[in-house]
Amino acid sequence: MIALENVAYTYGGGELFSGVDLTLAPGSFHFLTGPSGAGKTTLLKLCYGELTATAGHVRVFDQDTRSMDRDAIAMTRRRIGVVHQDCQFLDHLSVGENVMLPLTVAGRGAEVGGNLKDLLGWVGLTAQADQLPPQLSGGERQRAAVARAVIMSPDVILADEPTGNIDWEMSQRLLTLLIELNKMGKTVLVATHDLSLIRTAKAQVATRVLRLKDRRLQLAGADL
Amino acid sequence: MPFLSRIMALLAGDPQADRTVPPTGYTARLTLFTSAAMAFLAVFALALSLATGRLANRWSAELAQTSTLRISAPVDQLAAQTRAALIVLETTPGVAQARPLTADEQRALLAPWFGPDLPVETLPIPQLIEIIEDSDGYDATGLRARLQAEVPGAVLDDHTRWREPLVAAAGRLRTLGLVAILLIAASTGAMITLAANAALAASAQVIRVMRLVGARDIYIARAFVRRFTLRALTGATVGMIAGILAVMLLPRTDVAGGFLTGLGFQGAHWLWPLVIPPLAAIVAFFATRAAALRTLREQS
Repeated sequence: MIALENVAYTYGGGELFSGVDLTLAPGSFHFLTGPSGAGKTTLLKLCYGELTATAGHVRVFDQDTRSMDRDAIAMTRRRIGVVHQDCQFLDHLSVGENVMLPLTVAGRGAEVGGNLKDLLGWVGLTAQADQLPPQLSGGERQRAAVARAVIMSPDVILADEPTGNIDWEMSQRLLTLLIELNKMGKTVLVATHDLSLIRTAKAQVATRVLRLKDRRLQLAGADL
Repeated sequence: MPFLSRIMALLAGDPQADRTVPPTGYTARLTLFTSAAMAFLAVFALALSLATGRLANRWSAELAQTSTLRISAPVDQLAAQTRAALIVLETTPGVAQARPLTADEQRALLAPWFGPDLPVETLPIPQLIEIIEDSDGYDATGLRARLQAEVPGAVLDDHTRWREPLVAAAGRLRTLGLVAILLIAASTGAMITLAANAALAASAQVIRVMRLVGARDIYIARAFVRRFTLRALTGATVGMIAGILAVMLLPRTDVAGGFLTGLGFQGAHWLWPLVIPPLAAIVAFFATRAAALRTLREQS
């Protein structure tokens, strides 16, 4: 699905990380952890073509992101659902319209049918469908972001600190959503520094934990 | 025609795409106003071009069809020389009509300088003969030679001296009008580019979200392009109508005197201003498209 080969990322003269190798196999569930500022978000951005690696190769669906034009990146993003750390929505559109935005911009808005209702029910936002994003709470925003990330039925889901702004109970619910998606066969990569979240997940699904530390990506040991 | 159907599809628009990019009322009003003002000015530039073109044609045609023979002779010989000149002219091929101006007509010609009631009969003023050519014209060199032999006091003026600078001036004015139209089109493009950039900058967050969920640049650009094209079309239509009304309200030429002659449209020329709104729309289309695609590349 996504493969990083000897990837380095440098900005402002400083090296964020280098020699990163990572392969996200179909149906795998990965956690990415590490101290703040280690480059977790950057690594995710490399995976969905928001940034280009300064060295090495990032292959997304067997295409090198460096050789992709902007349209190709747009097409790739339709196959990758991303839940951002600070979920951004179109504040003038309702939650429902925001969730189906990926379909709308792909020109497939008509296909949505009953799926939207099911999806909103699944993330527990049926009552909020007609509200505007600024009216949502932090947890509701995160769940709306998950719904938006999966409406295109993507092959890969990348989540950046999805539980960053929400309480424990809500992060449990969110984790359950991600695990359910993984069980449907989606490849999942979650960046988080929330170790208890990782422990909870490990009890329910086979995960691998990657740690970004000292400018290297390592497989975390059994200490988790 | 695929291009035309694409334009039609663009104008019909995608209501969903339109909703995703919220309109900015401020730039909308500015674009409307600018397009209207520019179209209004364009109507006048067009009127100027067409009128001066007409003027150039008329001056060269009218002045080319007539010439003047001036007979300067001592008073006692003037009548005889006039008669002789008329005989020469009547036998010249290409001269349709030759007629000595009457004393009243000569007085009218001099009145602006000497005032009315000038006793022209008693003054040593040359006699003027108006020559009207037929469509083929006459041979000026041959006529001059014959006149020189038979009427020594006659000077033939075929108006070339007058005509050329007048026609050149009118032609220059027409060029100026066309340059003004081009400048107006360029300014419209520049102002719409600025307005589009402002709208794009105001929509930076919208654009970022749309890119992240997989919108192609052209999808985002289209929402802006369509909006600005329609605004330019609407504004220019209003401006054009106002411009035409203003041209229609100009004083009639025959009342105001011949000099302001016909700054306006005649006959089929009234259709020319109709070109302005589509032209403004085309300018807006390309200006916004270029601005949007450039901004999208730079922004994300």
